[in-house]
Amino acid sequence: MHAIEKILARAAHREVIKSGEIITCDIDLVEINDLYLQVIESFDEMNGKKVWDPEKVVFVFDHYAPAPTIKSAQTQRDMRSFAWQQGIRHLFDINTGVCHQVMPEAGLVYPGMILVATDSHTTTHGAFGAFGTGVGATDLASILLTGKMWFRVPEIINIKISGDLKPGVLPKDIILYVLGQLGTKKALYKAVEFSGEAIENLDIAGRMVICNMAVEMGAKTAYIQPDEATMTYLKSRKVDFDKVVVHETDSDYQFSEQHNFDISNLDPQIATPHSVDNVVPVGAVKGTKVNQAFIGSCTGGRVEDIEIAYNILKGKKINNKTRLVIIPASKEILLECINRGYMQELVRAGATFTAPGCGPCLGTHQGVIAPGEVCVTASNRNFPGRMGSSDADIYLASPATVAVSALLGYITDPRELEGEV
Amino acid sequence: MKKVKGRVFFLGDRIDTDQILPGYAMSVPTCQHKNYALKGSSIPDFAEKVKLGDVIIGGKNFGCGSSREQAPVALKEAGVGAAIAVSFAMIFRKNSINIGLPVIPSENIDHMKREIQEGDLVEVDIEAGTLLHIDSGRTYELNKLSEPALATLEAGGLINRVRNILRERGELID
Repeated sequence: MHAIEKILARAAHREVIKSGEIITCDIDLVEINDLYLQVIESFDEMNGKKVWDPEKVVFVFDHYAPAPTIKSAQTQRDMRSFAWQQGIRHLFDINTGVCHQVMPEAGLVYPGMILVATDSHTTTHGAFGAFGTGVGATDLASILLTGKMWFRVPEIINIKISGDLKPGVLPKDIILYVLGQLGTKKALYKAVEFSGEAIENLDIAGRMVICNMAVEMGAKTAYIQPDEATMTYLKSRKVDFDKVVVHETDSDYQFSEQHNFDISNLDPQIATPHSVDNVVPVGAVKGTKVNQAFIGSCTGGRVEDIEIAYNILKGKKINNKTRLVIIPASKEILLECINRGYMQELVRAGATFTAPGCGPCLGTHQGVIAPGEVCVTASNRNFPGRMGSSDADIYLASPATVAVSALLGYITDPRELEGEV
Repeated sequence: MKKVKGRVFFLGDRIDTDQILPGYAMSVPTCQHKNYALKGSSIPDFAEKVKLGDVIIGGKNFGCGSSREQAPVALKEAGVGAAIAVSFAMIFRKNSINIGLPVIPSENIDHMKREIQEGDLVEVDIEAGTLLHIDSGRTYELNKLSEPALATLEAGGLINRVRNILRERGELID
């Protein structure tokens, strides 16, 4: 069996399972964000009285932090009172950040667990060897009541990545390249394991970027085999090691598909409107005028991403016809950016900082874009209307490409910076 | 729930959740979401055109993107009786079933798109897995839904299904 199957088998109290079967699993952690008051409404409609285990329930207010509308304020108000009444300790309010960053920081994510959240980017937690998957409100409500959910055991695709990245090329470029090659339907209903030396060489932040965007190829979950780097991170987050179970994939396991990529010669990549798999080298769209640049979200809002922007923009000014919105993915990242002096320098360079949260990534607030505008972003989706007007164009790229494009006012390969400024 | 009858609306590949219900529409009161159904798609005035029972025939990876359950709810509340497509994104598919909106994959979408006109009447038999084109009398095969999916649709959604289970156990008194 594969490690992913072993996670599911353990949670289903079974020795052996195989792909295609429908099994019922115990859930280790659920997370509900502030887009989903319907979870509580469905829970009430199902005659729910007490959640099955308040220690295994997390609320994160990130999609509307702080509340931009009366409706979102009411949602957060009702969620707070539900959490308090149910004795749920893990309530991360508007001052904390994006769920997929906040939960690992809080030590709630660990290898071998099943984490179900009302957010499609829950695949992120494969970076820690967890089975993370997204659901909607009604599924989540039924877990609150029963502690269980049924799964169809997915087929598993192996994506093996070898080679060393060239300077100026980032983990985001790897996953955009893979998406461009495999398309948005490649992993529909399936699980994806990322492996190979290029993955092993990534830090935790880089692995999170890779697993985060696995959902964009349709994946139910993503997985990276935990190693020393994972354990070091978990220790720094005071994870309860009694819960940690690192499964190994059996040597005779047969993947449903195998894809190998060598990224030694990879150039910075960019997804052009309006699909995540319209991927070309940045050079192919060089010169496209940029109205707004965005660094943030569960994909591109970590210290590592903001550090890249700092290194590119310190002592400079962004183009006077371009806006740069930066949103640290969590309070902790915001504080670290202040401590290291990144925030001060980036604000001087012309960046607009807003409160940790999802911000304009899903077009709700804090920098949505107008008809006819072009946004180049370190976030994860470029569907029409994703970040504001349906008549705007969104380009997905690495934080380096975003920062350099904000500096020059048009889309630019970050490696050209030396010659052009 | 067994049969749905209505007019056909065609859509292309990769109709994502932002096309079905744009992010900005999530800020309006829930009861108004139906007015924004498919606002970001090639049929922005869908909400005004759709009538109860109408059937969407889409392409590949219908519903990709966000996990927002409001997307299938907006379609259902607007009147959509069923959606047929080459394939559905995983979370969207399960959300739809959970809220009682039949979404059924089919390998015969190309035939349907060639032989059926937009606005024609069709009848979808959910349990049998067929789509009948009323004018021509032609029947198109749809994929069979899984046992849990059919049971959930039969109950009118997951909320009712859980309530039924609780009632059988004697844990829910109406």
